[in-house]
Amino acid sequence: MPITYYLILSAILFVLGIAGMLIRRNAIVVFMSMEMMFNAANLLFVAYASYYQILTGQLFVFFVMTVAAAEVAIGLALIVAIYRNRKQIDVDDMSSLKG
Amino acid sequence: MTAMQIIFLIVAAVTLGGALMIATSRRMMHTVLWLVLTLMGVAVLFALLQANFFSVVQVLVYIGAIAILILFGVMLTRRSMVDAGESLVHKNWWVVAVVIALLFAAIVISIQPWGAAHTPLVELMEFKEPISDLGEALVDPAAYLIPFEVSSVLLLAVMVAAIYIAVDRKGGKS
Repeated sequence: MPITYYLILSAILFVLGIAGMLIRRNAIVVFMSMEMMFNAANLLFVAYASYYQILTGQLFVFFVMTVAAAEVAIGLALIVAIYRNRKQIDVDDMSSLKG
Repeated sequence: MTAMQIIFLIVAAVTLGGALMIATSRRMMHTVLWLVLTLMGVAVLFALLQANFFSVVQVLVYIGAIAILILFGVMLTRRSMVDAGESLVHKNWWVVAVVIALLFAAIVISIQPWGAAHTPLVELMEFKEPISDLGEALVDPAAYLIPFEVSSVLLLAVMVAAIYIAVDRKGGKS
């Protein structure tokens, strides 16, 4: 099975992640879309690791997963804090820093 | 068309369907369940690519930890957004459609002339399990010991920071 299948699948997954991130207004859905984009990148890493029969790609997946878990923990803590202050998590309304 | 290709196409369809439903589903709880389906599809794809260890790690870390964490986030912010009707999508959604179409076209065009893209991957069963190589690479100073230790420090810092950010200093009125 050619690697192109995985490349196309990863591209579609990444693009859908960008779409969800830009279209939706709920901050948690934005985070989920970000996870999807991380997964698309991981899929690409693993596909190339399998293609070149080399382990480095899989090790990068390990580190990407670590950073993704860290990002989600901080992000959800921030969302909970924002929700406590403002009673909503609409990304369009988070514009306090706008001039 | 081999059995591997049929399995791949089914799993890819399920994964992309779940991803599409994340972007369009109206109810938050359903969105999380679609996310779990998508992550599961990616785990199966990892298994198809002989990355057995990362297939298991995907289920453990993404579905077991991250999806559950997001589920808690959804429950804690429950009243905030009834994702329905007009408020579901941004009003400039057609700009987004154009942007992602251009991006996808750019990706496809950029991988098109790559000559090696059509050679088949190594089939399942003729690949040795690299789990011991993986473990040795993570503790070898010449390989990935430093990134491994840095990522563990990162996780510790994130744990402290998440508790610090999310703690309710006023005593839980809300």
